[in-house]
Amino acid sequence: MSSIAFFGAVESGLLFGLVAFGVFIAFRVLDFPDLTVDGSFPLGAAVAATLIVTGWNPWLATAMAMVAGCMAGVVTAWLNVRLQILNLLASILTMIALYSINLRIMGKPNVALLGDETVFTPFENWDIPFYLINPIILSGFVLVVYLLFVRFMTSELGLAMRATGVNDKMARANGVHTGRLTILGVALANGMVGLAGALFAQSQGTADVTMGVGTIVIGLAAVIGGEAILSTRTIARWIFACLVGAILYRLAIAVALNADWIGLKAQDLNLITAVLVTLAIVIPRMKLLKRKGGRA
Amino acid sequence: MIQVDQLEVTFGAGTPLENRALRGLNLTIPEGQFVTVIGSNGAGKSTFLNALAGEVLADHGRILIDDQDVSRWPTNKRAGLVARVFQDPLAGTCEALTIEENMALALKRGHGRGLSRSIRHEYQEIFKERLARLGLGLESRLGDRMGLLSGGQRQAVSLLMATLQPMKILLLDEHTAALDPKTAAFVLELTKNIIEEQNLTALMVTHSMRQALDVGDRTLMLHEGNIAFDVQGQDREGLDVPDLLALFSKTKGEELSDDSLLLG
Repeated sequence: MSSIAFFGAVESGLLFGLVAFGVFIAFRVLDFPDLTVDGSFPLGAAVAATLIVTGWNPWLATAMAMVAGCMAGVVTAWLNVRLQILNLLASILTMIALYSINLRIMGKPNVALLGDETVFTPFENWDIPFYLINPIILSGFVLVVYLLFVRFMTSELGLAMRATGVNDKMARANGVHTGRLTILGVALANGMVGLAGALFAQSQGTADVTMGVGTIVIGLAAVIGGEAILSTRTIARWIFACLVGAILYRLAIAVALNADWIGLKAQDLNLITAVLVTLAIVIPRMKLLKRKGGRA
Repeated sequence: MIQVDQLEVTFGAGTPLENRALRGLNLTIPEGQFVTVIGSNGAGKSTFLNALAGEVLADHGRILIDDQDVSRWPTNKRAGLVARVFQDPLAGTCEALTIEENMALALKRGHGRGLSRSIRHEYQEIFKERLARLGLGLESRLGDRMGLLSGGQRQAVSLLMATLQPMKILLLDEHTAALDPKTAAFVLELTKNIIEEQNLTALMVTHSMRQALDVGDRTLMLHEGNIAFDVQGQDREGLDVPDLLALFSKTKGEELSDDSLLLG
């Protein structure tokens, strides 16, 4: 594999690390299977790209994309908490609605960012190989989000959110407003995914209404894969595992697509994803069986 | 002081499965009283506890805590006034969280939660001190996940958690029923000590008539969603299980045949 392909995989791994953080909140912290992600990822891209094209500062545009993602999350959680719609269905409803909304925001199926200033532009003339620039900047983004995220999860509110996910009755008995925390959590999750979408659009130079398809599966692959490889003993390590999972996942995909002798092509991506997720779920279970067998 | 006026709760009203769980229950518990509650299955014990906690909102009637009407308050809003230990050791704690995280969660009952760190050194000192009195060695295991503890240990920690912050009433929902006899005795002893030390107002539901008479200051029996009898003070002293059964048939004019009440 060439350096360009390798660092390209790292770059998208870092981006999907942000998606994995969002999926982690929904699936692991809140136990809320949230498919909104497939809509909030292109939503972030659409908002950021549209605003940048109309002359907005790229940083402000990125922040607005995050806010838009949060709002999508609020809608999903609200449908569930207030209108009592099953969480999975609530998220599918928002996801479907977002397809139309994304088309409305962009006014067309895709927006190209050719020659527009993005958050990456100021660093373009760095005196290092061009394929290193985006991964380095994204590492900065991801590091900041990671630190803030871990800090939040270890705060009083973060702890209350974790309790809401694992034992809502107990959380309520201890004075936790579980409905409000569910809304906050799903909002945060989709805010991070919206941020990922905004950065993805800027690094790829385009936002497309179909770019969200399968985002949730990649996010889940990252979370499950990371958990299979690294320790989840503390919340900081657990979240770190999700990030590592995302990077390894993109590297695994790159390797699979680059190895000519396997004969896989770009159109096989979704098939590979499904196989990798299945393996990531099954392999740790086999490890556990072995350990049990050894003791007996 | 806890006042319950004409409390009514009906499940599935207007359906063939309509269940009038509480039928106009009246009760006043003065501050510092420890009330034990017995009753056969379906008598309304759990519904009454859930209604006090806020998990079930009453269809009619009022609940006043220190003259404040909390009838329409949801559980989380009442949490500053009502603390609770559940029957199921799994229900009262989060097994995926550590001992200190569980206790930190309970430490904020009745207080706002913000962005400050949930685990702090001064909190850990409080947790260690409280855990040490259990004599189970848990004070050195703050970072262990709750799921690693036995049912009895978890129930003991639940009790500590419920009493970390002041409350107007402590609800104990058959909290020793799921434990083996030795552990149940340990948890009950701990309960008695804590209630006495902190001079708590408490309501303990139990399946055992013996236990209901052995602890507390007052014993209620619920039957068909209402209070069948209510004994305290001199009337309660020296009462034995057969006396309770006699009391029941005298007031209700029917024989009590539920074996579950005689067990234990």
